[in-house]
Amino acid sequence: MTALRLREVTAGYGKRPAVRDVTATVDGGGWFAIVGPNGAGKSTLLKAIAGLVGFQGSIAVHDREFSALSRRQRARELGYAPQDPLLPTGLTVTDYVLLGRTPHLGTLARESRADLSIVDDTLGRLDLRGLAARRLGTLSGGELQRAVLARVLAQRTRLLLLDEPTTGLDIGHAQALLDRLDRLRREDGTTVVTTLHDLTFAAQYADTLLLLDDGEVVASGPPGEVLTAERLRRHYAADVEILTTATGHPVVAPVRGQSAADPR
Amino acid sequence: MLRARARQGATTRLRPRTVVLAALVLLAVAVFGVVSGAGELGWQRVLGEIVAQLTGGTSPLSEREAAIVWELRAPRVVLAALVGAALAGAGAAFQGVFRNPLADPYLLGAAAGAGMAATVVLVFAPAVTGWLVGPLPLAAFAGALGGVGLSWVLGRSAGGSGTASLLLAGVAVTAFLTAIQTFVQQLNTDTIKQVYTWTLGGLNVSGWDDVGVALPYIVLAAIVLCACGRLLDVLALGDAEAASLGIRPGRVRLLLLAAASLATAAAVAVSGLIGFVGIVVPHIVRLLAGASYRVIVPLSLLGGATFLIAADYVARTVLPGELPLGVVTAFAGAPFFAIVLRTSRGRLT
Repeated sequence: MTALRLREVTAGYGKRPAVRDVTATVDGGGWFAIVGPNGAGKSTLLKAIAGLVGFQGSIAVHDREFSALSRRQRARELGYAPQDPLLPTGLTVTDYVLLGRTPHLGTLARESRADLSIVDDTLGRLDLRGLAARRLGTLSGGELQRAVLARVLAQRTRLLLLDEPTTGLDIGHAQALLDRLDRLRREDGTTVVTTLHDLTFAAQYADTLLLLDDGEVVASGPPGEVLTAERLRRHYAADVEILTTATGHPVVAPVRGQSAADPR
Repeated sequence: MLRARARQGATTRLRPRTVVLAALVLLAVAVFGVVSGAGELGWQRVLGEIVAQLTGGTSPLSEREAAIVWELRAPRVVLAALVGAALAGAGAAFQGVFRNPLADPYLLGAAAGAGMAATVVLVFAPAVTGWLVGPLPLAAFAGALGGVGLSWVLGRSAGGSGTASLLLAGVAVTAFLTAIQTFVQQLNTDTIKQVYTWTLGGLNVSGWDDVGVALPYIVLAAIVLCACGRLLDVLALGDAEAASLGIRPGRVRLLLLAAASLATAAAVAVSGLIGFVGIVVPHIVRLLAGASYRVIVPLSLLGGATFLIAADYVARTVLPGELPLGVVTAFAGAPFFAIVLRTSRGRLT
């Protein structure tokens, strides 16, 4: 099943929109990563899919045309976490995650026992039960990212849009978060669409990459095909070598500039 | 079982016990406000009168004394409760909408609008009588709503539905209306004292008329604000995330600001400008009961009512004459607020 279909999507404002003519298909249950240099339009594309920026063209979620869905229906189809979420630091982790139930509640309704049990279940899956009563302001960076992920997961949508979910995390915490996301995705059959600036992580976790440069798609496909040294030189102006791990995943390794490499 | 209970305890909920406790404190303070005060009725005798009214027994008070209790003290206590609830509830809503702990109900020009309108009435139409509602409350009510409305229109035209442009519009409107007020006042210096007294706030009422004027608006606004507590929590995530959760942040803000401003306007109409209640009470509630607006809004309503009855009691009994209520709320509120701030570093946002 197709989770997401974009046809000639142009998003953003002004004479030169940040994203132009993007056509792509995301398979259900897959992990789709949008990559590209700074300012390529990755976040704008993700926001357009989330319905937060205006766009032209067509976006269909689970074979339903986006424009035919109400705001609330969209919120039940796809969950979105921004790159720098605003965190109400006084709220407890439980209260924060509970906000993810919003699309399933009437506008003025109160949360039910069922909502609380979904929240509790989500906290358990992200090892956050021990922190359930803690205020957000007292959590570490890694714990906060997990809380944000829990907030989105409590929404119980089949499609997750995550803008740079590993922002601010060290390599170990980033890996732990992505591993966890990968496990949950497989257990639930959820489709994940992320922007990721770390190409090695993108290559290891995503099954499809979409490489954007200056608002346009320049390559898409399996990581091994998209990530070539030539392409990264052209679009990132970077000197890299593509290595391969023992498990067969590509690794993007920067190569130090020639003049600096020679100490003499 | 124990674990399940511990986990349930992690959500901030409005527990019946807490509401009952807050309501009992409010009731106790209200009864205290009625039975004690200037005038030598004796608190035991007033209590006897209340019991007599409830049980149909005989009262120890004379008819004239009973009239003091039911036509002077009781409406004043009820009005204090209504105004306190309105300002504290509106303050909580403003802090949530603007995601700013320093926001208060006067932020968008409600005070400046009411002040200007009240000044104009005091200067140009001091002697109008015989209306159903006096010209001064009417002008204050209309001025407060007009000030907020002006800020809203200006903010929208300046920059869409965001809060920053609205906030700046409020600053501009406040400055503009205050300038008009000052100008009118300078041309008519004989009314300065009256304007000044009104500005400091007070509840000099007799009879139930003012209660009747303010009650419908404040009750309506209180119901709306209580119902929107969860939406205020969603707004705290920022507009993008709120929208991704199926909410229309602009509309929710409009609804909340309209309800809060209606309550503020009704309060200002009957009591003038009473400061600090809208900031201090929600923060105290936040520190005692948690940061979820599902709890902050209803408890601020109850707490604000309690606080203002107590403040009004101080205003009318501490000195032989009467202190302006705004002076008492600031005098008691400011140091208390400072202590709360010190003991709660980093917990207010």
